[in-house]
Amino acid sequence: MSLAKHWRLQQQRYRLIGVQCEDCGAKLLPRRLVCPQCKSHNLQPYSFKGQGMVYSHTVVYDAPSGYDGYVPYPAALVRLDEGPLVATQLTDVDIDEPYIGMPVEMVTRRLREHGESGMIVYGYKFRPKLKD
Amino acid sequence: MRRVYITGIGQTPVREHWDRSARDLAASSILQALEQAGIDKADAIYVGNALSGELTGQEQLAALIADFAGLTGTEAIRVEAAGASGGAAVRLGYLAVASGVHDTVLVTGVEKMSDLSGPAVEEALATSTDEEYEAIHGLSIAASHALLMRRYMYDYDLERRDFAHFSVNSHRNAVNNEYAMFRRPITVEAFEKARLVADPISLLDSAPVADGAATIVLCSDKAAGKRANSSVEITGSALATDAVALHDRPNPLFLRAVQESAHKAYAQAGVTPKQIDIFEPHDAFAILAALSLEASGLAPEGEGVRLAMEGEIALEGRIPICTMGGQKARGYPVGAAGVYQIVELAQQLRGDAGANQVDARVGMTQSIGGTGATAVTHILRSP
Ligand SMILES: [Zn+2]
Repeated sequence: MSLAKHWRLQQQRYRLIGVQCEDCGAKLLPRRLVCPQCKSHNLQPYSFKGQGMVYSHTVVYDAPSGYDGYVPYPAALVRLDEGPLVATQLTDVDIDEPYIGMPVEMVTRRLREHGESGMIVYGYKFRPKLKD
Repeated sequence: MRRVYITGIGQTPVREHWDRSARDLAASSILQALEQAGIDKADAIYVGNALSGELTGQEQLAALIADFAGLTGTEAIRVEAAGASGGAAVRLGYLAVASGVHDTVLVTGVEKMSDLSGPAVEEALATSTDEEYEAIHGLSIAASHALLMRRYMYDYDLERRDFAHFSVNSHRNAVNNEYAMFRRPITVEAFEKARLVADPISLLDSAPVADGAATIVLCSDKAAGKRANSSVEITGSALATDAVALHDRPNPLFLRAVQESAHKAYAQAGVTPKQIDIFEPHDAFAILAALSLEASGLAPEGEGVRLAMEGEIALEGRIPICTMGGQKARGYPVGAAGVYQIVELAQQLRGDAGANQVDARVGMTQSIGGTGATAVTHILRSP
């Protein structure tokens, strides 16, 4: 398993850094070179706050290799306050708790381990929003 | 552009073929198709296959298949577009003949899946999603579709059992298809009780991975000669793409690539959705079939599931789908599925569909990769 493969995504994985289109204002995660809305190439880094609501959710029972030790686990599409959707696991929550519209916030957690090398990949997950 | 005819078809039963590898399955379907077409060679072979490297450690599959089918030396290329690999291979075969570059080509779809166990197959299937932003979060392909299904249920006030009618229809139709993997009817109650793989998607809502190969022979009118009069013609062919990741689509419940490919194919064939007598959709999961019916203009937005609930997708309904069992019950050898669809639709349009025969002049197939990033639509016309 390549270290570089995960290292180069650390800005996105640890800090939810995407881009904002300087021409039409679109906020995009993940980053891209071309704005899908207006085709502008003028995209600058943008840091998302990591707050949002559950757009849809599931519980995974039959998992891919590397994740089968964690089943069952909840996953979701989260609608960030700034607009984009993000695919993520939910954490600090029972599997029957999530609902569409649930307020959630980003935290950093272990995403997976790679068995033989023992490398651990960290990144974002979302948990129910703590009371302000 | 030249006219393109299907002059031969071949298929292996869809099973867990413990005793046969991909090359055996592919060669077997090629020999059947060649014999039916009355030829012993072709100008090129397009091989639709999604996961040969991932699942069996074999790449350069097309050359291998050409050699073992007795066609050593023939131009042969593997085409990969996840679940749409088969449809994409048909598209390339069509382009080659329609353009005048080749007169006779073979399109083979093949997948060998039974050599690996559950989690390894799930890992391989998840490669059709965005690896850096979906698969890394442990989203299986079923989980991605579960996210679509849950949202659809919320938006349109439906329950899990409402989706059962797709699987019930596919299993009923597979009973009479000797090549199908599951030839037993199922009930709505069994669907409701089935074990969940990614809530709300259950085992009876997921197309079973399997081994299989299917082949078609495509000919120009020149090469088809007199056979053209008795052959099914491809009158529309289109492929379109969308963002790979669900989260990169403005509305995940709208299958943009499906809509674009369907409408291009309608325009080319000179038909409207109302004129489609029979439809073979990509029913890897019921939600995908429902969204495909909607994006193809065969059901209004939000009405795809209701169409199934009202029995309109049955053999005697307004728009019969999965008439030989579809992915759900014929079985889902991923990269072969798009070619099986063409084989089955050709059977229907030639009047060779046996007990499942539908009175049809114009039919449509749709082959989809992942959650909809690649969609290939073909429209076929009876002789
Ligand atoms: Zn823009």
